[in-house]
Amino acid sequence: MKRTIKVMLFFAGLVAVWQAFYFAHVWSRVLLPSPLSVGRYLWGAALDGTLGSAIVVTLKRLLLGYAAGLALGLPLGLLTARFNLLNDTLGLLALGLQTLPSVCWVPLALLWFGQTEMAMLFVVVMGTLWSVIIATDNGVRNISPTFARAAKTMGSRGLHTWLKVILPAALPFIVTGMKQGWAFAWRSLMAAEIYVTILSGFGLGSLLNDGRELNAMDQVIGIMLVLLFIGLIADKILFSPWERFLRRRWGTAI
Amino acid sequence: MLQIEIPNEISSKLSIKGVSKHFRSGGRDVHALDHVSLEVSDGEFVCLVGPSGCGKSTLLNIIAGLEQADEGQVLSDGTPIVQPGRDRMMLFQEPALFPWLDVLANVLFSLRLKPGLARKERLEVAKFYLKLVGLEKFEDAFIHELSGGMKQRVALARALAPNPRVLLMDEPFAALDALTREQLYGDLQNIWQKRKKTIIFVTHNVREAACLGDRVVLFSPHPGRIREQFKVDLPRPRDINSVELARYSTTITAALKNRTLEETKETE
Repeated sequence: MKRTIKVMLFFAGLVAVWQAFYFAHVWSRVLLPSPLSVGRYLWGAALDGTLGSAIVVTLKRLLLGYAAGLALGLPLGLLTARFNLLNDTLGLLALGLQTLPSVCWVPLALLWFGQTEMAMLFVVVMGTLWSVIIATDNGVRNISPTFARAAKTMGSRGLHTWLKVILPAALPFIVTGMKQGWAFAWRSLMAAEIYVTILSGFGLGSLLNDGRELNAMDQVIGIMLVLLFIGLIADKILFSPWERFLRRRWGTAI
Repeated sequence: MLQIEIPNEISSKLSIKGVSKHFRSGGRDVHALDHVSLEVSDGEFVCLVGPSGCGKSTLLNIIAGLEQADEGQVLSDGTPIVQPGRDRMMLFQEPALFPWLDVLANVLFSLRLKPGLARKERLEVAKFYLKLVGLEKFEDAFIHELSGGMKQRVALARALAPNPRVLLMDEPFAALDALTREQLYGDLQNIWQKRKKTIIFVTHNVREAACLGDRVVLFSPHPGRIREQFKVDLPRPRDINSVELARYSTTITAALKNRTLEETKETE
């Protein structure tokens, strides 16, 4: 309880500092709107439905693309760890592409898919895929070889060893990779949404960009707050359960 | 008292016939084993001792079926060993327990792979062996919550659970502190007397070998060969600190030192 109060005091303090700067008129009120006007914008956008539908559009792109990236990346990472030829080829490619900022996929995606949902999905998948492959591969390679040997003497072979020993043993690395993949996917999607308007759906990135074009700072700051909030919630819902599981079983935090 | 009695498999007789093994390490050819032959009778406790690089662990891996011999073969009750099997279970220096499973599930892991056991039977067997190693109260614990000695006990229960005929132990106590180790010497001897298995135990520690083994086999390195064997005729359970045992280990250590001295002279 005491902790919650401290946390609330901290954030109330931040808002108070913001309000103080607003009163002090350090910057133009167009550039620094008051917390109240940002709140008023968010309230209005929530009431007329623009905020809700933007959140749905963005989250749908993000979750679909992320799921596809995981579904492709996990098995590919296992394969690069298992076969040297795949590691020398696909593994190297993944390493190279992981260093490419995923927003660099946006022009290519637009030319290939046009201004469609597919282009957005493609960018998110490219953001997720490579780091998941690399983390899975890395996780499998870091497993103590005694695990596989012990499993072998107990009669575990082939697919059983992969599913029951190697995959769970690599889990701490895989979860780290999933988190990184999520972060990359989120960043690349925002970049894509700001960069290009797609008529099939206006995401949070479009709202942010609209705010800039209209010189509406309350909208810009309001949407940024929403993005921050979604990031926090996603971390709590998607990754905290995994991290708790790992801490309980492995006894270490990742 | 143990509530249920799990029937014990008869232990097997191992014949190691002219086994040789080379492998490459750091660009050099290592002659790990050079025509090693050894007979181990059923239910015997044999300790393999020697300096690093004498091939004792390699021999253990070959018996386990984890590695193949270049020459020669190992027979288990007359049948050549070509791959790992549940009749030969192995314990490693690191317990190799799975952190994502609790203690009971770790022991069940080896049993789930053994065909012909119903769920209830598996559970009974697993609990039986956890009780045998004295950890029945820890079946819900996770691996990181156990001490080093407890981890090796769980590993022992997991290895015993599928009822193997042979137990292969590769320096299982080397990473433990002295006090825990001494306790485990007593426990292992007790368990071995209750569940008679053929045991091959690899160690650096001469005293440990004299304490546990019916026979101590001394290896010499480069190439790995058997140099000498010692029968340890002491009543069980043996105490690692007893005077009689010290006498055996002094003799074996002396033999080990002489060999090492001779070899350094030869190479000079």
